[in-house]
Amino acid sequence: MSHQCDRCGKPATVHEVTVHAGEKVERNLCQECAREEGLVAGPHAPINELITKFVMSHGAAAKKQSAQSPRAKPCPVCGITLAQFKQSGLLGCPSCYTSFADALAPLIERMQQGATHHSGKTPRRAGATVDRHERIALLRRQLHDAIQAEQYERAASLRDQIIQTGEPVAPSSDTPDPQNACGGDDGREAP
Amino acid sequence: MTHEADQPIEWLRCDAPASDVVITSRVRLARNFAGFPFTGRADTSERAQILRIAQSQILDADLAPKVMWVDITELSDTERRVLVERHLISSNHAEGDQPRAVAVSSPDERLAIMVNEEDHLRIQVIRAGLDLTDAFEQANTADDKIESRADFAFSPRFGYLTACPTNVGTGLRVSAMLHLPALRLTGDLEKVKRAAKGMNLAVRGFFGEGSEAAGDLYQISNQTTLGRSEREILQQFEQVVVPRIMEFERSARLTLAQKRPYFFEDQIFRALAILRSARLMKIEEAMTLLGVVRLGIVSSLINDVPLATLHNLILNVQTAHLQRTHKRNMSQRERRIERAALIRNALKEPNHG
Repeated sequence: MSHQCDRCGKPATVHEVTVHAGEKVERNLCQECAREEGLVAGPHAPINELITKFVMSHGAAAKKQSAQSPRAKPCPVCGITLAQFKQSGLLGCPSCYTSFADALAPLIERMQQGATHHSGKTPRRAGATVDRHERIALLRRQLHDAIQAEQYERAASLRDQIIQTGEPVAPSSDTPDPQNACGGDDGREAP
Repeated sequence: MTHEADQPIEWLRCDAPASDVVITSRVRLARNFAGFPFTGRADTSERAQILRIAQSQILDADLAPKVMWVDITELSDTERRVLVERHLISSNHAEGDQPRAVAVSSPDERLAIMVNEEDHLRIQVIRAGLDLTDAFEQANTADDKIESRADFAFSPRFGYLTACPTNVGTGLRVSAMLHLPALRLTGDLEKVKRAAKGMNLAVRGFFGEGSEAAGDLYQISNQTTLGRSEREILQQFEQVVVPRIMEFERSARLTLAQKRPYFFEDQIFRALAILRSARLMKIEEAMTLLGVVRLGIVSSLINDVPLATLHNLILNVQTAHLQRTHKRNMSQRERRIERAALIRNALKEPNHG
């Protein structure tokens, strides 16, 4: 059985079935119209196009679902927004993967041929250090901003918070000995 | 920094496995330090910090008998282009004045770590011919050694975190530079390129993304980095993907030699004759003809030109290498004259002295 494209009458190759309010809606589209409607990616759709499509559709869906649009909310660590990511195709910092998890998960799944989870090498020192590093990175970024804004009291308080973690205020090349720097209670364990 | 023209750099070696079709195998691991923004989002002082950390960790990690640290911002345009032409850095990495560097194992140039490219570290290892397993072992060892002194950004769900989500997970890109002249001559190249894309591979030209396939040289690489382990990615690529394309090319060569021997030999000896005679040579033409002559050498039709000579030419006819040899910037016309002379001299017939 061959269908014709609902939009232009050419032979249809894409058949979309959606359920709206309990009612099944079928659409038949040719490759070209389906691409325009964002149902399929072009054969060599550039990554940026893919990002635009996904971030935009996600953004729209999220807007309907929640009052505060997560699309406009920047990553608290690096300050980048989804709109900026959409433009450059690049995330701002490792924490973006957490900040934009909802938007990124379907995009990554699409880019990575359906894969959703890492399989393979794990750094020996990773694990519990990840959260800790995000926290320190956030503090450092806030400190940087406070100094830029000449908010010295806030800067002093942030500096003290960083010192309390046992990490240097500015990241340095002298990596602390993991045995000493991370005794039992911050959760980092030897491999 | 200086390079000797006749230095035995890895990708010019000629004794490598499957080197009739596979010029080089390459693996790359993308890594970022935890606690910093990705390079694109880092300001100058953060980039300088990343650079300092990377420098001490790379140079202290004992990654190779000799590792050169090259501060790219200190290089002239020509020197930067030389690094690009040697496939040590990307074109992107050559641009701009922000703190950036490359660490290169010397003199083999097998290992090159770009610092502050799109990701903080791009650990790249190259091997002549088809030898991805060995290349991966070296990259993996380098990664282990650097990682023992640094915390990389990593999430249990998404793996190694990278600036672009296309690299997330293993951060591993495996690629092979393939020489496919016979497929072009038989007209089957498009079919093979489509098949490669069907196998979820990226197909690019000699100088990577967006570049033309000079000299019938193509880079193919995996597109997905998440969900499969490094070994799985590697095995699929080295034992399934590359051999399949190699077989296409080899059978096209056989078909040409058996069914159209005059056409085949004419193409090869005509290319050699032009290279031995021309007085003006554009880079595109040089690459095309050198590619065809290479086919003649590996098919044992041309016996008086060593493969090493040809590989050296592929590198030394490039614009920046040419200018470095002559120690000056040259106009396009001057380059064409000097390029033609360089080729004529290198391919001189023995009995003509």
